[in-house]
Order: sequence, then C-alpha cells, then structure tokens
Amino acid sequence: MKFEGTKSYVATEDLRVAVNAAITLERPLLVKGEPGTGKTVLAREVADALGTPLIEWHIKSTTKAQQGLYEYDAVSRLRDSQLGDPRVQDIGNYIKRGKLWDAFTHESRPVLLIDEIDKADIEFPNDLLLELDRMEFHVYETGERVQARVRPIVMITSNNEKELPDAFLRRCFFHYIKFPDRETMTEIINVHFEGLKPRLINQALNTFYEVREMPGLKKKPSTSELLDWLKLLMVEDIDPETIREKDPNKLIPPLYGALLKNEQDVTLFERLAFLARRERRGE
Amino acid sequence: MFLNFFDELRRAKIPVTIKEHLGFLEAIDAGLAGMSIDDFYYLSRTALVKDERNLDRFDQVFAHVFRGLEYVDEILAAEVPEEWLRALTEKFLTEEEKRQIEAMGGFEKLMETLKKRLEEQKKRHEGGNKWIGTAGTSPFGAQGFNPEGVRIGQDKSRHGKAVKVWDKREYKNLDDSVEIGTRNIKIALRRLRRFAREGAETELDLDDTIRETAHKGYLDIKLRPERHNTIKVLIFFDAGGSMDAYVRLCEELFSAARTEFKHMEYYYFHNCLYEFVWQDNRRRHAERIPTWQVLHTYPSDYKVIFVGDATMSPYELTYPGGSVEHWNEEPGALWLQRVFDIYESAVWLNPVPDKHWEYTPSTALIQQLIGNRMFPLTLGGLDGAMRELNR
Repeated sequence: MKFEGTKSYVATEDLRVAVNAAITLERPLLVKGEPGTGKTVLAREVADALGTPLIEWHIKSTTKAQQGLYEYDAVSRLRDSQLGDPRVQDIGNYIKRGKLWDAFTHESRPVLLIDEIDKADIEFPNDLLLELDRMEFHVYETGERVQARVRPIVMITSNNEKELPDAFLRRCFFHYIKFPDRETMTEIINVHFEGLKPRLINQALNTFYEVREMPGLKKKPSTSELLDWLKLLMVEDIDPETIREKDPNKLIPPLYGALLKNEQDVTLFERLAFLARRERRGE
Repeated sequence: MFLNFFDELRRAKIPVTIKEHLGFLEAIDAGLAGMSIDDFYYLSRTALVKDERNLDRFDQVFAHVFRGLEYVDEILAAEVPEEWLRALTEKFLTEEEKRQIEAMGGFEKLMETLKKRLEEQKKRHEGGNKWIGTAGTSPFGAQGFNPEGVRIGQDKSRHGKAVKVWDKREYKNLDDSVEIGTRNIKIALRRLRRFAREGAETELDLDDTIRETAHKGYLDIKLRPERHNTIKVLIFFDAGGSMDAYVRLCEELFSAARTEFKHMEYYYFHNCLYEFVWQDNRRRHAERIPTWQVLHTYPSDYKVIFVGDATMSPYELTYPGGSVEHWNEEPGALWLQRVFDIYESAVWLNPVPDKHWEYTPSTALIQQLIGNRMFPLTLGGLDGAMRELNR
C-alpha cells in the first residue's frame, strides 16, 4: 500500500512521505495547516487512491470519546422492559456501535478520519490514547473485547484551536500542510479545471498572491477560496485582462466576494484602492 | 543510531522523546526513507516534530547535524556504473560536447578526477573553481559554467529539494517566539479559564435527578446553574505615542481577549498609570475616570493585565510632575504600586522583545515593581503570563 497522490489531489513530496510512513508503521497521522489547504480532503483521497472505504468521524464540541467506541441506549431498554419486549433480555441489542468500532471490525483496511479533533473537549484525545495505540477496547455492558482485525489507517485533522496533549502527540506522525507555492498551486488548479488558459491562471494567481500578501488582512484567502473564485470567473466568463485591471478606478478584483470574507478586509482593500487612485491623480 | 541528532534536537528544546526516536528508527528500518535525502528529511520531520512551531528549529538542527549530507545523494549518483553514464552522455551530448570531454582527457579521466575530488572534499562547497559544489566553474558540480563539467545530482529541477527546504527555513514565522495572531492569542488566553456553576438554575442535572428519583420513588427533577468562565479581567492599555508601532498587535490582543473573557474591563493610560484613565481614546480628555474609582469598583479577585511598552523617562515613574502630559501630584510608581497592592495577580505584557528590556531603565523599574511578572507579547510570553495569572 503506497500513496502517490491522485488525479484530483496534488500531494507534495513531504506529504507523501508522511502518509506512507503512517500507512506502513500503522500509526495515526495528525495533519495541521491553514484552513482550506485540504486537510479533510486528504483522507478521502488516500482512501480513494488505496481503494479502501473511508469512515468519517466529525468531532463537535460536545463529542465524547466514548461515542466513537459505542453507546449504550439505556432509555430504550427501559421502555422495552416496560412493554415486555423479548429483545430486552439481550443487552447487546441496545449497544450502538461507534465509528471506531466500525473501523476496527471492517473486513478490508479502512481509512478512519477523525476530523477537527481540536473542537472537542481538552481531555478528548487523552481518552482515545489506548484505543488508538492498541486498536482495541472493552465493552463493559457485554464483557466483549473489540479488537481491530487490521489496523485502520487513522488520519486526524486539527485546526489548532486547542493544544493536544503530549502523550497523544507522541503516538502520532505529524504533518503540517504549508500553503502551496505558485508552482504547486498551478498544478492544483490544473487538476481541478482542465484546459484553463495559462494566461488566465497566471493573472488570477498574480492577483491572488497579491491579496494574500497584503499586510493587515484579517483572513487570508486560501486554496479553496481561490478555486471558488476561479469557478466564478469562468462562469461569468471574465477576460484575463480585467482580473488585473490597470485602470486605477477598478483596483478591486472582480467578484472579490469569493476571496475576501470579512467586511473589514473589504474596506481595507477599498481604502488601498482609493489611495492608489489618489496617487495616480497626483502624478 | 542518530543519537547525536536526537541529542541536538533536545538541546534545541524540541520535545522529542525516546518513543518518537524509536518510531523514527523503525520507519527507517522499514525502508521508508529509501535512498533519498529528501525523503529522509521529510520522514524525520514527520516522526520527530509534533508542533508546527518547532519546525523552524528542527530545520536549523537538521542543517547543522547533517551538514554536508546533501552530497551523499551526489556520491551515490557518482557510483552509478560507468556504462550507464556513458550511455547517457551518448544520448544527451552533442558531438561538440563530446569533443570537449576529450579535451579533459576523455571520459575515464574525468570520472577518475571526480572520484578523487570527492574523496578530498569533505565539506559543502559553493563557488570557487576546484571543488565540487554549486555555481562554480569547476568541471564538477551543479549549475556551473564549465562546458566540460559533469552535472552531479541535478537530473531534475532543483525545485522542492530538501536541501532548499531546510535551508530556506520556510517555517520561520510559525515559531512561537515570533508570530502572533488573533486566533493564536485566543488559544493562549484560554489557559485562563476557570469554570464554575453560578447563577440561575437552568440546566437539567441528570445524575442528580436519577439519584433523587430512585431515592424518593417519584420523579424529582433537579436543576443546576450553567457552567461559566468566572475569570474576571481588568486590562490597562498604554495608548502612548511610543505604542503606535504596536497598535496592530494590541488590537489583536484586545479583540481576542474580548471574546474570550465574559467579565473584562479595560482602560487606557498614557505611558504610565496616573490619577486618571479613560475608556474612549477619542474623548480621552473629556471623559476621564479617576483611577481611585476604578480601584474601588473592582474587587481584588480581578486579574490585572497591563499592556504597554514600559518605555518612558524614569522621572515619569519616580517623581511627582514627571508626566509628559499633565501635572501629576503623585509619581507613577506609586499608582502602579497601589494597583499591585490591591490585585494579587497582575502581569505586564510588553510588545517590545524582551532582549531589549535591559536598555530602558523604566522597563527595569517596572519589572522590579511588578516582581518580575513582565512578559513579552509573544505567544510564549502570553502563555507564561496566563500561567502566572492562573496560579
């Protein structure tokens, strides 16, 4: 099993090494990076590339580690006992399997995505230490022991909202997806939009990196925003020339709403455009 | 294996553990690094570094420990059987170029000299006209100008080579002693959380309800108050002229603190705290609030954070009338002392990097007043400050 990137996902060399290390040594891979750099998509692409199913576990602030293993539905058992349902005799009828259980008992080796682990409570990763390490857990209600047939490929993403405990980090491989440079970005665009004119890509990228490098921007546009913007540009059929308007009256890029997501950023942009215009007039 | 590397990493304060090191060795054992230096670098990075803030330091250590390693790649390339290379030259060299090789004494001679040089040379090399390296005029190396040259390790574009990656130190701005952003500040501020249940009982306490119901034999619903962060914070911002350079940083801190703390009060002062503070910078002269009033309003369980560069004339701190703006009856130091007397937990956040502190006497004075609780306004410093406040 080796991951080499897919037709729809550009994996840089370092990312490939990290993914393959995690696959070969059967350790979880923790992926961090700026929002919109394709952390979640990575798991899907790895699953596609290896031809294995993907099991997704999206974490919310209320998610408990136990929910990933199993849940015991005591309330319905109580109700059934009142109604005299024969199912009530077997406690196993009221155990609901969680995502980890699914992943452990899958026939082929699946990819398990634990998405945005930092959203959960600060103790959440600690509660999963043993389960991820040994890939087994105990069901107290039935006395059953669930053990992974094949160790799933575990991918964990984090947005850095909380620091993860050291004990957890020690057990993972780590990869930080850095923001793609121009060359990689061109590749990414080509993967997503076939046959886009190089001139359009070039102009769009110029504007994009210019916006990103503007000091004082609250939220920098990311890869996914660039792709959205390009899609809009194509739908509206905008000429490459207008993207990079030399006319100072139109310094704001067309359809900027796809790139700038914050009204303060838009005002900042407008103010800069205004200043540039005044400068031109002063010449 | 690689114990030196391990030691150096730990010395550079990168938290690598034995378990991680063993994992790294295991990965090498599994052949994951292959024969490529790039892969070796990426693999060691993915196995040993667990926090992007340490990536830059890791790059530095890697460059230091494996100095010259990038040429292993090239030596390997040089040991490719001669026939292959010859076949390649026949494919890619023009007649003219082949004649030039002859000028060096033929292909064998060239290879021999190369081998000799490789043995003689131990260090990385750039420029010059004899040694193997980059951008020189010696016949050996990459990107050179000698038409008789042998290109070493340059069969593909240099883009993305690990040598470049760690030399470029791309992760520099992720180091926690440098960058700070609203989101990061929020994370740091979250250290200062103390949850408690207070106020109206609105939440169902399931455990208690079950216990009480079982106990009494009828449904007895128990409620409890919601959990809240009970930390109360009082922030004093320096709005003085010398703070202009740090406006953005303070803005970020302010917006982060505002969303993070429910009980947060803030006041501005200029250079040093005197008898007046204000809440709106635009109307600072019209709407002044006596400092005494502030000190009397908020009880001593408030945590006090000063944000300022602490750069001023020492007179502003120590003498009455030292203020640059008005005539102050009492020296600034006295006012600061009053604050510290009332509020046990107080810190001073200073946007000026801590290595410059010793050059301004006023900073040292305040540091002394506050009992060494001044922290630089970096993520690391903020973290330390929050720990201090949480004690």
